[in-house]
Amino acid sequence: MPDAIALRGLRKSFGQTVALDGLDLTVATGEVHGFLGPNGAGKSTAIRILLGLLRADGGEARLLGGDPWRDAVALHRRLAYVPGDVVLWPTLSGGEVIDLLSRLRGGLDRRRRDELLERFALDPRRRAGTYSKGNRQKVALVAALAADAELLVLDEPTAGLDPLMDSVFRDCVREVALAGRTVLLSSHVLSEVEALCDRVTIIRSGVAVESGTLRDLRHLRRTVVAAELAGPPGARFTPPPGVHDLAVEPSPDGADGVLLTCEVDQPGLAGLLRALADLDVRALTTRPPTLEELFLRHYDASPNGQARPAPAR
Amino acid sequence: MTVTGRASGGSRPFAGTGRLLRLALRLDRLALALWLLTFVVLAAGVAAALDEYYPLEADRAQFAERARLTPAVLALTGPAVGLERAGGLLAWRIGALCVVLAGLMSIFTLVRHTRVEEETGRLDLVRSTPVGRLAPPAAALLVTAGANAALALALAATLVASGLPAGGSLVFGAAVGAGGLFFAAVAAVTAQLFTSARAAKAMATLLLGLAFLLRAIGDASNPTGAGLSWASPIGWAQRTGAFVHVRWWLFGLLFAAAGALLAVAFVLLVRRDVGSGVLAARLGRERASPRLASVSALGARLHRGGLATWTAGYAVAGAALGAVAHSVADLVSDNPAVRDMLARFGGGTQLVDAYLVAMFNLFGLAAAGYAVAAVWRIRAEEVAGRAEPLLATATGRTRFAASHLWFAFAGPALPLMAVGLATGITHGLRTGDVAGQTGRLLAAALVLLAGVWVFAGLATAAVGLAPRGFLAVWVALVACLLIGQLGPTLRLSQWIMDLSPYTHLPRLPGGESTPTPLVALPAVAVALTAAGLVGLRRRDLQPS
Repeated sequence: MPDAIALRGLRKSFGQTVALDGLDLTVATGEVHGFLGPNGAGKSTAIRILLGLLRADGGEARLLGGDPWRDAVALHRRLAYVPGDVVLWPTLSGGEVIDLLSRLRGGLDRRRRDELLERFALDPRRRAGTYSKGNRQKVALVAALAADAELLVLDEPTAGLDPLMDSVFRDCVREVALAGRTVLLSSHVLSEVEALCDRVTIIRSGVAVESGTLRDLRHLRRTVVAAELAGPPGARFTPPPGVHDLAVEPSPDGADGVLLTCEVDQPGLAGLLRALADLDVRALTTRPPTLEELFLRHYDASPNGQARPAPAR
Repeated sequence: MTVTGRASGGSRPFAGTGRLLRLALRLDRLALALWLLTFVVLAAGVAAALDEYYPLEADRAQFAERARLTPAVLALTGPAVGLERAGGLLAWRIGALCVVLAGLMSIFTLVRHTRVEEETGRLDLVRSTPVGRLAPPAAALLVTAGANAALALALAATLVASGLPAGGSLVFGAAVGAGGLFFAAVAAVTAQLFTSARAAKAMATLLLGLAFLLRAIGDASNPTGAGLSWASPIGWAQRTGAFVHVRWWLFGLLFAAAGALLAVAFVLLVRRDVGSGVLAARLGRERASPRLASVSALGARLHRGGLATWTAGYAVAGAALGAVAHSVADLVSDNPAVRDMLARFGGGTQLVDAYLVAMFNLFGLAAAGYAVAAVWRIRAEEVAGRAEPLLATATGRTRFAASHLWFAFAGPALPLMAVGLATGITHGLRTGDVAGQTGRLLAAALVLLAGVWVFAGLATAAVGLAPRGFLAVWVALVACLLIGQLGPTLRLSQWIMDLSPYTHLPRLPGGESTPTPLVALPAVAVALTAAGLVGLRRRDLQPS
């Protein structure tokens, strides 16, 4: 089966600004593909080229076996799209917008529409002008999910949703995946992509910097550890292998203790915990790194072009 | 860091008004400059024309005598008092029109800085900064009041430059400004009532129209003005008596009424939440009707209200025009200079027909304005981000554009038919030939479509080929309006006159009808439209 999406060396500039600088992206049919990158990385530009809204300056783009610019109308019958910033016609009700968009795509499943409205707790009678950002997002999501489309293109679809609706959204995407449909999910939230996607492409400054399964990207999955100690760790404490960016600072809450922070690879985690056990630990927090931290550490994306090593003592 | 929240919050409700005022001025500087320019050009142009056609007191006295006996003309202008003075004649001629325009300027400006900000959510952003609760509405009111003050001074300066006495000029400018301020206060209340800016503007504009109607009936029934005119704030502004006998207390009445309305708006404002209105928004349909199944159905949904309003407005205006046309011809029949000017406008010898040609030309230009605005919706939907979800469905760009172009090209036929029919019926009733007049005026109105289409084509070309230069289309339309209105008076050279498509149209009713322009102008329109559509298919979607 051909790939649902295949971009090779895609280029696009807006005047002086280079938005895409040779982007490669492959989405296999039937997979949920995460498209991850910080704001302004070029995710939306790539999606707009895929939808035939923008014309690429160079490179190759294939969508569902066709040319996204030339065959736009025919291809759009087979996909559904949720923009990142949903703007609706203020005088139409949410229900009218859902029906209209679905009919323009070629029809909708009424039962599925009503079921989705219920799950997303959306009142379809309210006029779009009175909806909040999250509710406008739900309108676009219901219209897309109720469609019988082969491919769902979702551009940061959860930006305005609360955590409850976020989990409804995740359930819906899982159902879509089980039905064998393809999903391209653009996001800047690592945990969302981790929860939903089979494969991930990470984009920065218009270029794909990583692409693979989540297992392939395991090296990205460090743990951030912060330990509050009664006093400085002293010479006995030697950081085990796999610990990065170790820093020891005076406790920020003004107490007499110190705060030890570091990042640790998965294989080094057990060793670090053993080393910490010998110290007088008052509090310990661990969390996955944020996407911004990943980009700072791995892709040299800080504004001055240099990774910023934390001051170590 | 010290917490200073208490000082910046409730205890200083106007904190930050100055900064918001500067922001509003920065956002509105072009629009307000264009408004002021409109008033200056209008006043200077009419003053020059009146000076040319009624230079002597005797001319004006003769005109005033006839005007007093012509209710239909008084309905469109105002009380016929002091017309034998040059200033009095000018104030009579443009007074009501200026107050209506100042009212529209005030309504649009005030709603843009109050309800529009609230509807778009920008107010939330502003209110999250250390500005007082009342600073945004105060800045909106100040910028609108300032615009009216600037307008008053600009009008006064224009009249003084036209050779009128300074005192009267200032009173006239102040009366227009005070009228504008009153409608700013009306808009301040409607902006509290409705959650949608469109509804707030529509209600305030409706009240403005009602005020005009009240004084039209009042002035038509009594030449020196009485009765219903006293119920209309436009009537008050007109009766302040610039150049004649100043009634200062009417300024007091206007300001007091505006103050009372602002107090109501204030009470409504402090009692409601941000984003809410006093009148709750109605619920819409749960499901789309089966007809809302194509992008053209959506286009119809977006355009139908506006087109219906235009059609109704044209029907009312046409009925009024037909009712006065005969009398206007009478009114100016003794003045050779005016006869000559109208003949140059109309190209015919029949004075009534020449007058109708001149007026229909205005309707044709305004209909072109409707068409340009309808084409602009293509670009507006693109800029707003609403074109994107549509074009991501199985909807091609040409079909998306066509959903609006249909209204730009065929839509203006409805208001033009309405004005042709309405003028024909009322004019026919006065002349005793309803069938004949209706037929020839309907034809005269529909011929104007050829000019409208050229502008629709030009606008389409702009959207497709140079979307960021769309303003040039509006400039071209205003230029054609000025060419058509001032050309005959200023005796502009023919090549300038030829730039306007309307110059080439047959001057109906009454003039000769040649088929060439009726083929050539639509051909130009088709070529421009085709070029625009090709451009639109080829270019990137540009949300900004």
